[in-house]
Amino acid sequence: MKAFEYATPETKEQAVSLLGASWGQAEILAGGTDLLALMKDDVVAPKRLVNIKEIKDLKGVTSSAEGFRIGALTTLGDLADNANVLKEYPALADALNEAASPQIRNLATLAGNLCQRPRCWYFRNGLGLLPKSEGGKDLVAEGENRYHAILGNDGPAKFVSPSTIVPALIAYGAKLRLVGPRGKREVPLEKFYAIPATETEREHDLRPNEIVTEVIIPPAHGVMAAHYEIRQKATFDWPLAVAAVALTMNGSRVESARVVMGYVAPVPWISPEAEQALVGQPINAETAQKAADAALGNAKPLSQNAYKVQLARVAVKRAILKAGGAA
Amino acid sequence: MKKNVTIKVNGADRRAAVEPRLLLVHFLREVAGLTGTHVGCETSLCGACTVLLDGRAVKSCTVLAVQADGRKVTTVEGLADGDKLHPIQEGFWEEHGLQCGFCTPGMIMCSHDLLEHHPNPSDSEIRAGINGNLCRCTGYQHIVAAVRNASKKMSKRATARAGAR
Repeated sequence: MKAFEYATPETKEQAVSLLGASWGQAEILAGGTDLLALMKDDVVAPKRLVNIKEIKDLKGVTSSAEGFRIGALTTLGDLADNANVLKEYPALADALNEAASPQIRNLATLAGNLCQRPRCWYFRNGLGLLPKSEGGKDLVAEGENRYHAILGNDGPAKFVSPSTIVPALIAYGAKLRLVGPRGKREVPLEKFYAIPATETEREHDLRPNEIVTEVIIPPAHGVMAAHYEIRQKATFDWPLAVAAVALTMNGSRVESARVVMGYVAPVPWISPEAEQALVGQPINAETAQKAADAALGNAKPLSQNAYKVQLARVAVKRAILKAGGAA
Repeated sequence: MKKNVTIKVNGADRRAAVEPRLLLVHFLREVAGLTGTHVGCETSLCGACTVLLDGRAVKSCTVLAVQADGRKVTTVEGLADGDKLHPIQEGFWEEHGLQCGFCTPGMIMCSHDLLEHHPNPSDSEIRAGINGNLCRCTGYQHIVAAVRNASKKMSKRATARAGAR
């Protein structure tokens, strides 16, 4: 790990002023579970780390009329143990409890989870988000791509979005609040992620001198939601496919649906096709299968990952059945 | 530039001027001289370096010593009371919860966090509780038995303490 300067601001304003206006100068340190791994491997080598853990108003979890406010520094473990999360947002609770391992959940923060960098092995080996050979060939398309994207992979980005929690948060309609040098802003979580077209872009809309301050989840009374993920091993692994589904019902039929997949595309992948397939239908094995087929209808696997199309389809189907109480 | 840190390790303040990039596990082993905490993968996968930071299990290879400044760390050396082993250590002893012993300090510290927060875990909860720790010798059966043994001892002692009041 390269040497760096270590700063511990006590306010958001101090923290923002310590961050640089361009990437690469300074990095935010919260739990550090992702950043320190990137620094050990020299994938990133910031000149300054800004430890934001001493900033008091980034902590705490509260309920209000606008919903559930989660301070950015809340750890995944504390959030998973929160009784309101278990009661009101069971899909989020499931996603939290399946994330990483107990030790990592004790350190990792919610905002850090939302802003973690992709797990693509080319990226983690220092070859960039859009890795190219010296001759300009696409290293992922022509190389080892068994864990890469099956949707949204037409451009140079073929990594998959790394958070297992974001699909459930998007399904619940979560928003992010951020602070930067020009003040606060609020972004729906589903608009926070973008597929980079050039190596200078990032996979999310966090600006170099911004800090996520809180996540707001609207009330979920009457929402039936579920999270389902498929992994090679039962515990402590990154998934091959994630699906989160949130349904509102009119009697026994679906009134509205959100279907969000993770680990299938460079961004959390929302499927309007699956949502349309569900509206007006009862939830059963047949309707869930049709919606899952619709969700993966546009999938374009790479040379080694056609298997992921079927896994994602199964994840969507099972999440729908679980949300509908039929599984 | 070095930073002065004070970390309460097993109840005693350890002060040192450290480089910000020094990992907590190296602080514990090289500055504090406590080599019970092992360095395995250094990538937060194996769990051999698990210690308690303010009572919660963390992988000390993925924490900077400066992040632990002003906080409490408990290592495996901090569990026994003199010659009297901690119930979790007794559990590993009685159930043969180790072969080579490399993963053991991390397994014990992670189990400590588990049992503090879930005093009577089922076998599947024990397995989930130690899923961030790798053992290459035992196949985990004896480790799960050791944690089960410890949970019984600890709840018996808690009941005995409650009854004495």
